[in-house]
Amino acid sequence: MSDPVTFYGTEVSSRLMLGTSQYPSPAVLAEAFRRSGAGIATVSVRREAGGSRAGADFWRLISDLGVKVLPNTAGCHSAREAITTAQMARELFDTDWIKLEVIGNADTLQPDPFALLDAAKSLTAEGFKVFPYMTEDLILAEKLLAAGCEVLMPWGAPIGTGLGLNNRYGLRSLRAHFPEVPLVIDAGLGLPSQAADAMELGFDAVLLNTAVAKAGDPAAMAEGFALALKAGRLGYLADPMEPRDMAAPSTPVLGKAFLS
Amino acid sequence: MKVYLNGEPLEVADDTLAAALEAAGYGGAKVATAVNEDFVPAAARAATPIEPGDRIEVVTPRQGG
Repeated sequence: MSDPVTFYGTEVSSRLMLGTSQYPSPAVLAEAFRRSGAGIATVSVRREAGGSRAGADFWRLISDLGVKVLPNTAGCHSAREAITTAQMARELFDTDWIKLEVIGNADTLQPDPFALLDAAKSLTAEGFKVFPYMTEDLILAEKLLAAGCEVLMPWGAPIGTGLGLNNRYGLRSLRAHFPEVPLVIDAGLGLPSQAADAMELGFDAVLLNTAVAKAGDPAAMAEGFALALKAGRLGYLADPMEPRDMAAPSTPVLGKAFLS
Repeated sequence: MKVYLNGEPLEVADDTLAAALEAAGYGGAKVATAVNEDFVPAAARAATPIEPGDRIEVVTPRQGG
């Protein structure tokens, strides 16, 4: 079944976006990407000493994956820092896509909604296509869309926790309010069933990193998530039945033998 | 003069960002740069002056989530 998702006019065949951090080796990273079928890889920019080849080596590995690259502003704690990081990433990766992270709390890695909005306004004005990492706050979503964002990436749970969808009401509400906006669950998932859950709620895609990279067998986990995404998406598209409190027999009552 | 490159002190003779990068061994490496927290595009490095105490950031592609 071909079921692409579109971000800023670019069609991507897979609904799984995969991070590139924390894998046991480059070979495991590459195998995880292959089995996940992910169409987008998140990357970052970091300091490098003169003469080092680490950046060039990593870039060759990612280029060989044949996926679209989504640079992030991970670790930034102010709008200014995030904007400068985005500008450096745009030049390095030759893309105007940016996963905008502006962290507000060191313990929860919760986005700072005010700085996030400020940075999103500046970056969209500079022609960036912003993918904001956000809490599931409805008003923040409205303001980010008004600022020019055409994709929203609410968290499922804090980064790296594996807790799943912490606020189902908030996420359902977001989906219901913005039926036409691509919504990506970004962060907090640990199990394939949680990704299926997100897709059954009608989310358009899922972004993972730790759940795959820190699994005992990252490549197997990557494939497990890919299958779960497909299952959840099919379930959503198939128009699920409404839950009910009272039991209803699935086997016909009519024609049952009268036995005592 | 002394500047700071990725947080480390660096003595440079010339006064442009391009010269500082050359002195620090970056040569033709694929890097992105900022001076005092402002992005400096690659094409502007040769014409970007640096002054004592400037903070230069040099970054390359890395793993990210």
